[in-house]
Order: sequence, then C-alpha cells, then structure tokens
Amino acid sequence: MTTLSDPPQQGSFKISMLINDTRYRSYTFQALALALLILAAGYLGSNLAQNLRDAGLNISYEFLGYPAGYDINQRPIEYNSQSTHMRASIVGALNTLIVAFLACVSATVIGVVAGVLRLSDNWIVGRLMSLYVEAFRNVPVLIWIIIIFTITANVFPQPSAFRGDEPTASMLFGSFAFTNRGVFTPAPVFGPGGWVVAVVFLASIASIFWWRGHVKKVLYDTGRILPTFLPSLAFFFIPSIIAYFVMGRPITMEYPELKGFNFSGGLNIRGSLIALWFALAIYTGAFIAENVRAGILSVSKGQTEAAAALGLRPGRIMNLVILPQALRVIIPPLISQYLNITKNSSLAIAVGYMDLTGTLGGITLNQTGRAIESVLLLMSFYLFFSLSIAAIMNVYNNKMKLKER
Amino acid sequence: MSDTQTNSIAFVRETQLPQMDPPPGETGAIKWVRENLFSGAFNTIMTLLGVYVIYSLLVGVFPWFYNGVWTASDVRECRELIQDTGGGCFAVVAERWQQLLFGFQYPSDQYWRPTLAFVLLFVAAAPVLFSHLPRKMLIFTGAYPFLAFWLIWGGSILSPVSAALGLIVAYLVFVRIEKYSSSGAAFAGLVGAVITWTITGFITDALSGVLALEPVASRDMGGFMLNMILGTICVSLSLPIGIMLALGRQSHLPIIKWMCVVFIEFVRGVPLITLLFVANVVLAYFFPPGTALDLILRVIIMITLFSSAYIAEVIRGALAALPRGQYEAADSLGLDYAQSMRLIILPQALKISIPGIVNVAVGLFKDTTLVSVISMFDLVGMIRGPILSSTDWAGVYWELWAFAALLFFVVCYGISQYSQWLERKLQTGHR
Repeated sequence: MTTLSDPPQQGSFKISMLINDTRYRSYTFQALALALLILAAGYLGSNLAQNLRDAGLNISYEFLGYPAGYDINQRPIEYNSQSTHMRASIVGALNTLIVAFLACVSATVIGVVAGVLRLSDNWIVGRLMSLYVEAFRNVPVLIWIIIIFTITANVFPQPSAFRGDEPTASMLFGSFAFTNRGVFTPAPVFGPGGWVVAVVFLASIASIFWWRGHVKKVLYDTGRILPTFLPSLAFFFIPSIIAYFVMGRPITMEYPELKGFNFSGGLNIRGSLIALWFALAIYTGAFIAENVRAGILSVSKGQTEAAAALGLRPGRIMNLVILPQALRVIIPPLISQYLNITKNSSLAIAVGYMDLTGTLGGITLNQTGRAIESVLLLMSFYLFFSLSIAAIMNVYNNKMKLKER
Repeated sequence: MSDTQTNSIAFVRETQLPQMDPPPGETGAIKWVRENLFSGAFNTIMTLLGVYVIYSLLVGVFPWFYNGVWTASDVRECRELIQDTGGGCFAVVAERWQQLLFGFQYPSDQYWRPTLAFVLLFVAAAPVLFSHLPRKMLIFTGAYPFLAFWLIWGGSILSPVSAALGLIVAYLVFVRIEKYSSSGAAFAGLVGAVITWTITGFITDALSGVLALEPVASRDMGGFMLNMILGTICVSLSLPIGIMLALGRQSHLPIIKWMCVVFIEFVRGVPLITLLFVANVVLAYFFPPGTALDLILRVIIMITLFSSAYIAEVIRGALAALPRGQYEAADSLGLDYAQSMRLIILPQALKISIPGIVNVAVGLFKDTTLVSVISMFDLVGMIRGPILSSTDWAGVYWELWAFAALLFFVVCYGISQYSQWLERKLQTGHR
C-alpha cells in the first residue's frame, strides 16, 4: 500500500533513497534481514563445526544401522535387542501413534460427555463437571501422568496376590487382571480364515456408511424418512456373526493365566501406557469439554426456536440444525487438541513408556552420543506429523467454511 | 346493552382480593430443587449419581485429611501415628516445605529474598493487570525485573542497575531522534545502550562489593521457585518477541514474512520436550568454543522461543480481527508503518489478545514442570528426586503430589479467573 505513495521521480538514483524512498525501503529492509539471517546461520554453523572438530565428532546417521542393544517392552512389530537403532526408532514412533490414537479417542468421548453435561439443567451435575474441568485444566499434565502411574504401580496388587486357594485379588469377569505390572486382558487369536471375518466386518461397517448416505439421499430427493438405527445394527452384527460361524469359528480368545511369578498369555497393557493414555485423555478431555461447550453455546437460541417452529423434533433439531453449526466451531480447536495430545505424549519418558522420545531421544541418544542427529530426527517426526494434520485441517476448514457471497 | 348488564349483576366486589400464596411446591427451595434436580426420570438418576460421586469423594478425602499427621520425623514414625485411621502423612510437607518451595541447595538463611521477590511480583504486576490503578506504579513494574534478579541471584546491585541504566539511555536517545527517523532512532538507541553498558561495566567490576547480597548460582535454584522463575521470565521475554513475530507474519515483505512463518510453524510443530533436549544437549554446540552457559539460561532461551511462537499466533489473531478501516485510517493520516502500529493498531490488538495471552501464560507455566525431565529440580523434580528417593520419606506419594497439584491449581486457577474477569470487562465495552 504505502509502497506506491511516493510519486516516481525523474533524475538519478541516490543512495539515500534506499532508506527514504518507500519504493526501495522494503527491499533494503528485506536484504538487511536476509543478510542478518545468513550471518547468524553462518556464525552458528561455524561454531558448530569448530565444536564438533574439537570434540572429534561429525554429523553422520550411520548409527541408525548399528544394533541398538536394548529391549523395548511394548513391540507392535518384530524387535529384539539385536535390531538396529532405526528399527528401535520405528517401534518408538509406532508406540507414540498408538498412545496418541487411544488418548485422542478417549479424550473426545470424555470431552463431549463432560461438555454437554456441563450445560445440563441439573445443578449438581453441572457443578461436578465444572469441578472436573477446572481441576484438570489447572494442574500440569505431567503431574497427572505421574499420579496415575503411581496408582498403577502402587495400588494395583502384585501378580502373586492372585495365587493360592484364597487369593487377595481376583480377576474381573475371570479374564481381566489389574496388577502392578500392567493390566492383562484377553487377546484375540486369528486362526486360518480369520481374515475373512475381519474383512466382512470392515465391509459391514462400510455398508453402514453407505446406508446412511442412501437414507439422506432419499430424504432429500423424495422427503421419505427411512429407518437408520435398526438397519445399522443389523449391518453391524449379522454378516460378521454369519461369517464367523461359516468359517468355523476361526477367531478365539486367549485368556491371561498366572504362570510362575507373572501372568502370561493374553494382552498385557503396561502401567506406563495406561498412565499416559488415561492422563492425556482426562487432561485433554477437560479442554475438549470447554470447546464443546463453547461450540454449543455459539449457536444462537433463535436457531433452536426456528427449527422448532418448522416442526422438527428435538433429536432432529440437534442433528440437523445445532450440530452442523456447532461442529464448525468445535472442530478446529478439537484438531489442535489432538495435536497437543500427540506432542504431550512425548512426556512418556517420565514414566518409562517407550515411545519415540524414549527410544530415539532417550536411550539411543545416550548410548550413541549422537545428540544433534537424534534430536533433529525426533523433531522432524513430530513436525511432519503436525504439519500433515494441519494440512488436513485446512482442507476441512475450507470445506466447512460458511459460503459467503 | 350495558345498562341491562349492570342491572342483572347482583353483587360487585369493591375491593381487590389479596393475592394468595403460590402453592408450596412452586416457590422457594422446593421449586428450585424440583426444577433443577428432579425434573424428570433421567434428571433424577443424574442427580442421584452426582450425589453418590460427591459422597464417595468426601468419604475418600475427608478422613485422609482429617486424620492426617502433620508432625513426624520420617515415614515410619508417621505410619505408627496414623495406625489404621486412613489419615495422610502430611508431615512430609511440613518437614520438607522449604525444599519443595526453594529447592535443596538455596541457602536457607536467604529464603526471604525469593519470598520478597515473589511478593513484589504482585505489586509489579498489579498496574498491568488492573487498569484503574495509578499509572505511576508502572515505574516500579519497569524496575522490578532488575530488582528481582538482584534479590534472587544476589551479587552487587550495580550490575542490574547498570543494565537498567543502559536501557534508560537507549530509551532517551530513541525519543530524541525518533521524530527524524524511527529506524535510525532504534539504531542510535542500541548504540547508546552498548556504550553505557561498556562504561558501567568498568565501574561494576571495580565496586563489586556495593550492596552485595550473597550470590546464589543458577543451578542452586529449585522447587516451586524454579517454576515461578521460568514462568515469569519466559512469558515476559516472549511478549515482545511474539509481537514482532506476529507483525512479521502479517507483513507485506515476503522474505520477512516467510522467516516468521517458518519459525512459528516449526516451534509449534514440535513438543516442548524436544526443545528442552536441544537446550540440554545440543545448544552448547552452537555457542563459541569455551563459553559455558548455565543450563537454566539455555532452558530460558528455548522456553522463550517456544512461548513466543504461541503468543505470536494469539496476537496475529487479534491483528486479523481488527477492522480493516483501522489500518486504512492510520495510513490516511500519513503515519508511517512504525507509528501506525505503535499508536493505532497494537494498542487495540493487544487489548483484545490479553485473554489469549493469559491462556498461553497459564499453559506455559504448567509446562515448566517438563524441566524435571532434563534433571532440573523444579517442584516435580524435587518430589521425584531428592524427596521420594530419600529413605525418610520413600513411599509418601499422595500427600506430595496433592501438595504439588494444589500449588499449581491455586496459581493457574487464579490467573484464569482473572482472564475471565477481564474478558467480561472488555466485552461490556463493545456492546
């Protein structure tokens, strides 16, 4: 704007115009900024080179190919202590994604329930939810992680408490054991043909979505309202159950059993994973509750009244009028809460959960001494993850944006 | 018509009947309870559930607190005193509160210094937070950082005074030259400050004993004090940096804009803990060989960068929320960029971004507990390290974590209540 305010002058170019003439001043400043940046980068780079030379180090990623030599207690993929550092990092990254996914789902459920309940007419429930939100928002998540980890490590009984004729602890439903070495749950075992059942199950979920889309289309085209709930239920259960029996019950459950000093078999969810998962879910749930509340309050009361005047029932008012408008307000902060969960999952290192920060940024860094490389890789992983989610969010925002003319 | 009607009425009441009381179920407490707690089957269930939750909370917490033991020398004595009453062993807090608040290396006869600095923090922050207080108090706010540094770190008072003097000289020079050229004035101010610092540097070296407090090294800071120090320093430092980043991101100059965008997105995309790793193990490589910066200083640098990116985003939102006309009006008055920002845009943008900045500040204050991961002894680090691993107090988890949670809750809840109060106050101005 201001760059065009000086009239073009005839005559020669003077050095002083670089500062005083608004047409050239912006170039001067940018050149200055660029020069400063290059200078600073050069200075830091030369310091780095000098320091590395003094310490006899170099920048190299070869260490990723060396055997890691340490064990990881939660392995989503094949890994042993002879595997490479690279593989250890991948296991760590997968563990990060696992805990982030679990925490995102639970935090959303907790947050939506708490946010809706906080707006409830019920005085006691409203106050209780305010208490929950304020208590969890105002205390650092690290403290919550450690508190929940302390619960799993000190309140849950030892595996030996389940032993003997009169055990002091018993398994929930005969299949869930809460011990201070983690929670043991039954695990599904896929026999031959088990994948068919899994595929059928996924296909039936897809068909639920297809049915819902079809119902909507029919509604908009003809005005007829087709049922959705019962057909969805049928789609969900019937094909999978049929496939399960047709294939000869290929999926069985493996139950945890007490052997020696510990449980074996089944799925072992470590105390560190539980601590991280629950703490992140409850902590972030409090923030999501606030976002949900703000989103619902942002839809003006006139919208509800107008919908009611059209003759819509309360359920449809919520689904067709309130939610689409509230979601527009809720979703962007919700996504950034998901990003926060992913970033906060790096606090795993405080309770010994082997996520990427624990493997690459923890043991690998300490063993190899490759501080710069490890931290750089660590940052690029999180950065890549954040930026891709941010990109998806932008696409979504543009789609959901109010179409203004 | 009307005549016939009047005649046909046999009785006309001449006075109005006194109003009857509403039915007992429709007034006062009963009505409130009925409408708010038992208006339907679902609501009744929710109420009963809520009452049960409150009951179990009270049953769990009350005996723990009421039967708590406050004087004991170690955990074994504590357990003997508690017996089976289910009380908590709060003696650990009574015994170790100094370590929890100040860390285990701060000289105990000097505790008054951080305490005084903490109290004065409220005096310094008051005129910023409450606009109806006299503006003269801002002078103290300006002097506070130097005073607090002297109180907490100790040493001669001359070094903070000379630092302040340099800034004052820079300001005076800037004001003198500003009417000719703002960028020239900024440069001249910088030169003035450097000259002042060089001169006063000789004086401070010569008179290092003047009004000297016992110096305390940075690595001796700990406990909740460390959280407070990191929180206040990093938030106040990141404000000006955040403002500049936000202005840079909104700027029309492509190179400057992209520099700011890259920095902000990079910092916001990585967890704070990786930045703390940088402070711990990487940052030292980037300083000239031979310089050894304190860990606390490196951590302050990284946390400041971290929070400035977040504050920049808050301020950018405020800048974008200002009506376009404000920018155009500033331009049409013939103000240059610096003037229009300083006089027109920023005062309004900062005002509407205060709640967002406060949110960032609360989040950052909570995040200062992360320094315990890189083995600094802040409140969390103190509890996990020296206290829980000592033979005297091993196993006293709940009391310590409850104490830590309470401290953070009081501070953060207080700040967020202030932010909500301010939001309400600002809203009435616009409606």
